[in-house]
Amino acid sequence: MATREETPMDQAVFDKTMETELGKGTDRRVAEGRARAAGVRAYRKAHGEPEREAKPAEERSHAPAASAAGGDGGAAAAGAAQVPAGAVAYAAPGAAAVRTAPPPTGKVPAPKPGAPDKHRLLALVAPEGIQRVEREQGDRINVFPHLLMEEFVSLLVMSAFLIVFSTFVNAPLRELANPNLTPNPSKAPWYFLGLQELLRYFHPQIAGVIVPTLILVGLMAVPYVDRNPSTKPGDRKLAITLFTMLFMFGAVLTMAGSFFRGPSFNWIWPWGQHTSLFFDL
Amino acid sequence: MKLKLPRPNLREAGDKVRETEFWKSVFRPGSIFRRGYKDTQRDRALAMMNNVLYHLHPVKIKRHGLKLTYTFCLGGLSFFLFVLLTITGIYLMFFYRPSADIGAAQAYSDMLQIRNSVFFGDLVRNIHRWGAHLMVFTVSLHMARVFYTGAYKPPREFNWVVGVILLFLTLGLSFTGYLLPWDQLSIWAVQVGTSLAGYSPLIANQVKFILLGGIEVGPETLLRWYVLHVLFLPFILVLFLAVHFWRIRKDGGISGPL
Ligand code: HEM
Repeated sequence: MATREETPMDQAVFDKTMETELGKGTDRRVAEGRARAAGVRAYRKAHGEPEREAKPAEERSHAPAASAAGGDGGAAAAGAAQVPAGAVAYAAPGAAAVRTAPPPTGKVPAPKPGAPDKHRLLALVAPEGIQRVEREQGDRINVFPHLLMEEFVSLLVMSAFLIVFSTFVNAPLRELANPNLTPNPSKAPWYFLGLQELLRYFHPQIAGVIVPTLILVGLMAVPYVDRNPSTKPGDRKLAITLFTMLFMFGAVLTMAGSFFRGPSFNWIWPWGQHTSLFFDL
Repeated sequence: MKLKLPRPNLREAGDKVRETEFWKSVFRPGSIFRRGYKDTQRDRALAMMNNVLYHLHPVKIKRHGLKLTYTFCLGGLSFFLFVLLTITGIYLMFFYRPSADIGAAQAYSDMLQIRNSVFFGDLVRNIHRWGAHLMVFTVSLHMARVFYTGAYKPPREFNWVVGVILLFLTLGLSFTGYLLPWDQLSIWAVQVGTSLAGYSPLIANQVKFILLGGIEVGPETLLRWYVLHVLFLPFILVLFLAVHFWRIRKDGGISGPL
């Protein structure tokens, strides 16, 4: 934010409020904001300046600050703070007094007769409304050229691989679909073959509906279940073990369904027969 | 006598072009295509800021974000694959009709045409098919990478949820596309896959009917899945991708280092 003019304030009140707020365990920045507001209000009262209508801070804050805690704000420009609706003020150029905006009426406001055709919108931001940007400015590199070059090279490598592979290996196309002639075995695409394998052991409702639903919902719930804040592998032994087991379980089932299931989806050994007959991409 | 040919002065011509209204309308004032590029900090920043990629990337990132063994570029590759699949898919759409009437299955004969007589048809189809399988693969590996680096932890919880939705949509795209060749492989794979939907509790038949557009895989299914495949699912996927990429930046760029 731009440097602001110092508003005179009552230092004693500032110090006292600061102390109580910190005592309550309030975040330092928020405490500072509240203390400053209290100090300025006290000063105005003492010096006969009209006290602005001020709602308690709890009421004014519309929570963005709280939710931003912990994020390092990343690309958000440092100044781009959310503006609590109540804090937007209108000021004619040169006018000293700050007026708070009238409450919304739901109608499009008409310009006031005789109002200047230029205006400025000032945003008064409650300290709680400021998104905290905590990042070490230190070791940063330019996206151009470094990251873009890396992305470009990986794009090229992947495209080259895909084009060469596609030149030499044809995608399958079998005979025209015939609803009356069931191929043996009939297999789903490979990423569903784990489930098809499960069908051999469980009721279709379990293998085909409940398990996939549980997988999706369970995956989505991962960040909310795993409340361990550490990202160090050493601190996450349980999470890593569980995930690896599930992932391997899925991989093994998928392989089994792909390569170890022949006619009638019966077990075969892939080295014994021509598995390619029973597995197609 | 020496013949003197007029030598075009490229530098001057280039300057002239850069002065035109049109050129200026294309490139923003700070663009390196207007002012030229010198390899300085300032021009590196300007190159990003006056570039459409500024929607995806900030000017600077943590040095660690460049480390290939952290992301393995798997999310990026998934995205490239999606773009590549869109391009090849549009090409295939020029030659494909999603109709499967008994006795005159246009879909299948169009596939044969694409293979045999369309200009680069078989190559484009191969790229589309192998690329689709590869994308399912890279997206799954991307998820595993995110898990093992703990990158789903606060503040990135919600981006993980968006990611799971993207995984689901990727599978949906792949599966709907699988039906389109209308050969023995595709209809029976879809038959097997959707028969499972017939076991959903309470609304089994309704779910199956909505998926298939009938009681079994038929021409209605093909049309339905075609629309899902070329329009509906990519549209939804792009929406979620936008949220995914936006959140990466808002959550402070790539997580880590470990
Ligand atoms: C269509 C599929 C997807 C695309 C195109 C995609 C794209 C990306 C990209 C480009 C990144 C930047 C970092 C990187 O390249 O690794 C990223 C990060 C991330 N993705 Fe995905 N993603 C997809 C699916 C998923 C899935 C399935 C999940 C998890 C279930 C996921 C969760 C995340 C998270 C949490 C991050 C932040 C990682 C970090 O900060 O280290 N994404 N994604």
